[in-house]
Amino acid sequence: MKSKKLSIPYIIWMLIFTMIPLVMIFISAFTNKNGSFSLEPFQKAFEHTGVFTKSLWIAFISTLICLVLAYPLAYMITKMKRSTQRTVIMLMMIPMWMNFLLRIYAWIILLQDNGPVDQVMSFFGIHGHYINNTGAVIVGMVYEYLPFMVLPIYTVMSKIDGGLIEAAQDLGSNGFDVFRRIVFPLSIPGIISGITMVFVPSASTFLVAQYLGGNDDKMIGDVIESYFMTDQNMASALSLVLMVFIFVFLVIMNLFGDEEAIA
Amino acid sequence: MNSKKNGFLSKIYLALIMFFLYAPIGVMIFFSFNNGRTIVWKGFSLKWYEALFNDNRLMGALVNTLLIAVLASLFATILGTAAAIGISNFKGKKRAVIQNISNISIISPDIVMGMSLMLLFTFLGVIFNFQMGFVTVLLSHISFCVPFVVLNVMPRIKRMDPNIYDAALDLGCNQRQAFFKVVIHELMPGIASGFLISFTYSLDDFIITHFTQGTKFQNLSTEIYAMLKREIPPKVNALSALLFLAIIIIMVIINLRDRHEEKVKGEMK
Repeated sequence: MKSKKLSIPYIIWMLIFTMIPLVMIFISAFTNKNGSFSLEPFQKAFEHTGVFTKSLWIAFISTLICLVLAYPLAYMITKMKRSTQRTVIMLMMIPMWMNFLLRIYAWIILLQDNGPVDQVMSFFGIHGHYINNTGAVIVGMVYEYLPFMVLPIYTVMSKIDGGLIEAAQDLGSNGFDVFRRIVFPLSIPGIISGITMVFVPSASTFLVAQYLGGNDDKMIGDVIESYFMTDQNMASALSLVLMVFIFVFLVIMNLFGDEEAIA
Repeated sequence: MNSKKNGFLSKIYLALIMFFLYAPIGVMIFFSFNNGRTIVWKGFSLKWYEALFNDNRLMGALVNTLLIAVLASLFATILGTAAAIGISNFKGKKRAVIQNISNISIISPDIVMGMSLMLLFTFLGVIFNFQMGFVTVLLSHISFCVPFVVLNVMPRIKRMDPNIYDAALDLGCNQRQAFFKVVIHELMPGIASGFLISFTYSLDDFIITHFTQGTKFQNLSTEIYAMLKREIPPKVNALSALLFLAIIIIMVIINLRDRHEEKVKGEMK
């Protein structure tokens, strides 16, 4: 029980399957086609700055929408009976167990021309296209990651000591004051980890934009994937830049919350 | 004050969110019974279910997915639990370094992880003369699952009374009994949730499998990906409906078991 030896297999495992592969990406990103050191992959990678900005923008908007939708929801759930809380949380989880591709595919059906959404809108006399645009990508992202925002906020909120709230009410705070001065500050760690859990995967995922977005809605994940077969060095350089962005983001998030909330 | 009105508004809000979450699934299930190919309703039919069961590739992919998920999460749970116990015996900086390396694979985007593993396997494949397939996918899945097990077991170790192992020895357990019957028993909730998270992630994974699958191996996600590239086959709807049914059954069983356990605990008190 007191032995450190038990962790040796995993340390070796991490060395082979985490560290060495990352070092390989690093080396690959600084190598040109002839196999010698070069900054060429990064030069080519910077031709895709527009895609980077667009990905981060889509991820930012999706995260914001998730937060706006999830925060009141999490708060409402904590106000319910214990057994109802569990059922609602379970209902939030079930769609996440469906396969990732099937969830996107469902939105293709819903949003396509003459699809259910189009028909309902046409019924009210509104005609338009609901797929192959940035809006559809954002809807898909929110659908994919909303539960990742609700769960951490709910977890943190449900742990808030009810005595604190009663004490504040006894001391003359009204409902809004209680929320502003107790519930909100104490829920910040949940918000931070929710933002992290939504922003990181939505900034780096691929396929969602391919299926739901238009031609100019490529995201960084799609670009990395599409260049992987033809130009591995450039794909590696793009991956490195993406990693750097995400690490910077996590460091900033760390400044706001305590470390445990992020992990 | 106006708590009744608030209760009503929050119910509506909750209903809207649930509609958003379930409408897409509902639409898929609805069209899985459609007699036509498109989203025009042509009458009730079970033909897409028949087509689904006759699709050997898809059924094979389903078996592969389940097999990988079971093996990867089992192996990751054992490796991760052992690692967590070992890591907890390190102090200070060393421990922080090991834990941070472990967290790298949680933080790094799937696409980067998938790509980096593919680089590794192609490199090793040239040296040892093998091709990517079942084994490389399994190794990759274990790799992204272990950190979640470590993360779930660690807090239980911190909360555990460190003397409990010695106490078991004093009371006549041998080392093996003390370890399996006492320590592992104490850590079980953490181990179980680590296993469950691993299983879920493995089942749902597309990106990492996509990069490490080689040419012959397919899991459910990559097979659906390949299908969607060719056309939009309605049997995917039937597949969704059946998966949804399976998930509901599993969830209900888990929930009933939890309630039962709570009841038993309540009676004990």
